[in-house]
Amino acid sequence: MNKRTREPLIHITKRGELRWYQAWAIRGGAILLALIFAGVITTLLTGENPVRVYAAIWKGSFGSTRKLWVLGQNIAILLCVALAVTPAFRMRCWNLGGDGQMLAGGLATAACMILLGDKIPNALLICLMIVTSIIAGAIWAFIPAFFKARFNTNETLFTLMMNYIAIQLVAYFIVVWEVPKGAGQIGIINQSTNAGWLPQIGPSKYLLNMIVVALLTVAMYLYLNYSKHGYEIAVVGESERTARYVGIKVDRVIIRTMLLSGAICGLAGMLLVGGTDHTLTTTITGSRGFTAVMVSWLGKFNPVWMIFTSFLLVFLGKGGSEIATNFGLSSSFGDILTGIILFFIIGSEFFITYRINFRKAAEKED
Amino acid sequence: MDNKTPAVKMRNITKRFGPVVANDKVWLDIYRGEILALLGENGSGKTTLMNMLSGIYFPDEGTISIDGKDVVIRSPKDAFDLGIGMIHQHFKLVDVLTAAENIVLGLPGKLDLKTASKKIREICDAYGFEVDPDQKIYDMSVSQKQTVEIVKVLYRGADILILDEPTAVLTPQETDKLFAVLRNMRNDGKAIVIITHKMHEVEALSDRVAILRHGQFIGDMPTARTNAQEMTNMMVGHAVTLNIDRPEPVNPKPRIEVKGLTVRNIEGIVKLDDVSFTANSGEILGIAGISGCGQKELLEAIAGLQPVESGSISYIEDDGRREELLGKDPLAIAEMGVALSFVPEDRLGMGLVGNMDLSDNMMLRSFRRGHGLFTDRRSPKKLAETVVQELEVSTPSVSTPVRRLSGGNVQKVLVGREIANAPTVLLTAYAVRGLDINSSYTIYDLINRQKAAGVAVIYVGEDLDVLLELADRILVLCGGKVSGIVPGRGAKKREVGMMMTKLGGAKDE
Amino acid sequence: MFDFISFIPRAIMQGTPLLFGSTGETLTEKSGNLNLGIPGIMYVGAISGVVGAFYYEQAGAPSPFLAVLIPMLCSIVGSLLMGLLYCFLTVTLRANQNVTGLALTTFGVGVGNFFGGSLIKLSGLPVPAIVLAKTSSYFSASVGSSSDNWFSKLFLSYGFLAYLAVIIALVASFILKRTRTGLHLRAVGESPNTADAAGVNVARYKYVATCTGSMIAGLGGLYYIMDYTKGVWSSDAFGDRGWLAIALVIFTVWRPNVGVLASFLFGGLYILHMYIPSGMNLAVKELYKMLPYVVTTIVLVITSMRNKRENQPPASLGLPYFREER
Repeated sequence: MNKRTREPLIHITKRGELRWYQAWAIRGGAILLALIFAGVITTLLTGENPVRVYAAIWKGSFGSTRKLWVLGQNIAILLCVALAVTPAFRMRCWNLGGDGQMLAGGLATAACMILLGDKIPNALLICLMIVTSIIAGAIWAFIPAFFKARFNTNETLFTLMMNYIAIQLVAYFIVVWEVPKGAGQIGIINQSTNAGWLPQIGPSKYLLNMIVVALLTVAMYLYLNYSKHGYEIAVVGESERTARYVGIKVDRVIIRTMLLSGAICGLAGMLLVGGTDHTLTTTITGSRGFTAVMVSWLGKFNPVWMIFTSFLLVFLGKGGSEIATNFGLSSSFGDILTGIILFFIIGSEFFITYRINFRKAAEKED
Repeated sequence: MDNKTPAVKMRNITKRFGPVVANDKVWLDIYRGEILALLGENGSGKTTLMNMLSGIYFPDEGTISIDGKDVVIRSPKDAFDLGIGMIHQHFKLVDVLTAAENIVLGLPGKLDLKTASKKIREICDAYGFEVDPDQKIYDMSVSQKQTVEIVKVLYRGADILILDEPTAVLTPQETDKLFAVLRNMRNDGKAIVIITHKMHEVEALSDRVAILRHGQFIGDMPTARTNAQEMTNMMVGHAVTLNIDRPEPVNPKPRIEVKGLTVRNIEGIVKLDDVSFTANSGEILGIAGISGCGQKELLEAIAGLQPVESGSISYIEDDGRREELLGKDPLAIAEMGVALSFVPEDRLGMGLVGNMDLSDNMMLRSFRRGHGLFTDRRSPKKLAETVVQELEVSTPSVSTPVRRLSGGNVQKVLVGREIANAPTVLLTAYAVRGLDINSSYTIYDLINRQKAAGVAVIYVGEDLDVLLELADRILVLCGGKVSGIVPGRGAKKREVGMMMTKLGGAKDE
Repeated sequence: MFDFISFIPRAIMQGTPLLFGSTGETLTEKSGNLNLGIPGIMYVGAISGVVGAFYYEQAGAPSPFLAVLIPMLCSIVGSLLMGLLYCFLTVTLRANQNVTGLALTTFGVGVGNFFGGSLIKLSGLPVPAIVLAKTSSYFSASVGSSSDNWFSKLFLSYGFLAYLAVIIALVASFILKRTRTGLHLRAVGESPNTADAAGVNVARYKYVATCTGSMIAGLGGLYYIMDYTKGVWSSDAFGDRGWLAIALVIFTVWRPNVGVLASFLFGGLYILHMYIPSGMNLAVKELYKMLPYVVTTIVLVITSMRNKRENQPPASLGLPYFREER
């Protein structure tokens, strides 16, 4: 019976509300710990001096002007997708279909560029690309949203499946449009005429995307926090019963919000195909739909904080691949680093919500 | 049985939830062969205290000893091993499993449902229960579920039984049956604790009563040596007179007319059956009935939240014009110009959003105002400040999430918002449930002021004493049917109680 | 004429990794954990086995018994670690399951491709792949006779892991339905506070179910490399099968025994495009590859339309459990 008389070693209770800076201090501490841990792992795997490892991570993002632009471009696209899925998340609707919705938008863009390039004026073509990509992304989100609103069909898995349907659809069109026949890829679309290429502003083709996404961030912030729609989304997310009680039409809000989600994803697809890559592949989205989930969640569904979280994730990814090339490792090293950091941040949330009480030291053995 | 050694001794038990102290250095003794009533207002820490005995919560401080031996109860399993079983107010049953599966849940050994069923039948025979071991829980009535819970505890051989407000969901007949069983068990030498705040149950059943107030132990005594008034005083802390104002209705006119209302729930069960009545302006219509008799469906049907099978609900304007409310959602009703306010039973799950702050909650009713894309944030904030000031809501600020407030303050926020709309109809469901006496009186006062302002108030309550003092007329529901409508003045509690359990009451008595 | 005798064995081989994955995920979900990290775990299960086999082959792989045992143990340990990580975050630290799962998938696929890539460099082959022919030959050796009749082709032509998948699924089904452990597990997933109040150790059940599920799912990755691809690892080869395995869980309404047939059906849908004559039109094949996903969405919709109590997901799926929640 010795065992019985002992109190549990640790006992967990809920904390009261932390001040925002305390919460962010915990998260910052977690990121710092994660970076140290990641550095140790890298050193163990490569035998390199940790300082050189961190230098490499830094160089991956800030090593040259070009890298800086790439960093900006990557943040912009990732943030764009994260902004797209955020309204749905605020509604507690887990839209994991960002990739599929982007691909749908990208496919629509590529279709316009390939089928209509040189046949209509460029300005009209670009307008058409914007409109069709937005519609395509919205349709891709509408299908799961409709069933979610109607039958409460699980949207997490539905949107996931829609990703693969989109991939196969793109694969189909890649074979249809492949250049040259049998190559299995489309190549650069309209290489000679640049028809449908988004115009370059300033020194880099990436600047346009960055400006668009910056504007979108502000718009989304206002939409979510100050608009009537944003308020409805928040109420539906917190409690559907409360929403019905005040006369909010829940199904309509679900569908409307998912349409918005899909539309912005479609636009992101357009920015990728029309703005920077000028081609279409099944992997053009680079799983940003999933990464965006984490950006949005880590940023507490707040568009402004999401700028930092998307920076963090892109920075790590770039750092990982820089390490990989410098020290002769596989490029997937970035994914591992990202995973490690995510685990630390995910884990740190616990310490924000709960308090751990250790068994009192003056414990009798009997 | 030696009544001098307590079966359970709790000493200096303290439990905090964040900043809230739920139990503060509580002492409690429980004896075998005795029924102890643990009495206290809602929120006084009764359930928390017993949850620590049954291993749900772990105390921050204090010691527990069973039969003179110090013990540490870290989990419900530890509690079972010590012979402690608790029947929770919200049943701890898995809906998709059968009664037998639920009963053997958590026990060691090979799964043998046949033997288990046999043992269950034996227990049922011994105490006079009726349980079908193979019935799924989701097919059961509330009292059947409770029976399963009790059998579950007995099956484990518990001899210290804790029942948390077991009668809240039972009809008087079922309550009598339960009490008989409990007396049986006491005579069997078991220690029984019943958590309640109903005085007459304490008097009818218990041998001893222990009272908690605001998480503190106030005292205990043999039931025979005390009376309802003394216990109430100890519960509340000061002498209370149960006197609610009831002014005469001024110029009552029909406002809401319900005719032949029939409602089925999702499972197809009739919840309201051919209900007809009229609610007048300037009058409080009380709705009495055992919980789950269609009160919720009735209010939600009027508020446009409940699909209706047949019938009609008319809103009658001052000039006699009629508008049909049926088939319209809350938004459509509001757009018709009908100022209908609804204080639902589930405050944080329906009436308010727990995670939003006070001003955002005020916006729930008003966010659509104005034409622009954006919401007006200023007037809700002003309204929140007014409500906080006028109703004396205790909150750090208007930007505190509502879920952090205490039950009484949550209700003040909700009622404050609903009456700010200058309603002509006010629906309230269990408006004072879980509130302390002072907050309850604030709410009664607010409702009476609405009545004076000419609002048609429909008040669903569970406490008959309150209904009899507050309502001008009382509609009694029984199994979804109107059992009768009686004037509030002069109505007898017993008479209304009979109507609650039997259509039309006992006419011959 | 459609060639069933060659189609069905291919479908079964294609379905076997899915069966491992869905059985593992079903056990996990029954405990209330929605583990979206399964795709990553299957990668880790595969690469751990590959690493084990690679070094044993470097050493010459003298014993067939060890050549099977070492990769299996490595695979199980690898996926167990992933399962523990998931449990630590979601059960002990009560983190959001969706986010943790996705992070785990990112991490797991990264680990798979990283170590795969490193081994590819070590092996020095001209193609970007690792070939473990010897180990694979033990794994993919047919269990039955090699005779050419239809019966042995349909039923006896697989490596032992395929049979193991079926056995595990049936055993899992039995445990869930008929044993006390299964009863407790179901209760944990349906209503953890009820199970807790009844004295079931919720955290332990969640840990054990999720980790067991991870180990089973990891074997799916191992089977894919060692048997299906005959020991060839290349980056991203495993593809999206992990997600399909999660979809299968819904398709089978949380019943591993149904999963046996369902996974073979999905395997068939997955390779149907190779058996449908499409002439020179290669593009159409890509559309046929859509089939498993389209079917899954249809099943999702149908199960959500039919509101049968027994066919719903475990009621607490995706929610963390904290006893002292108020």
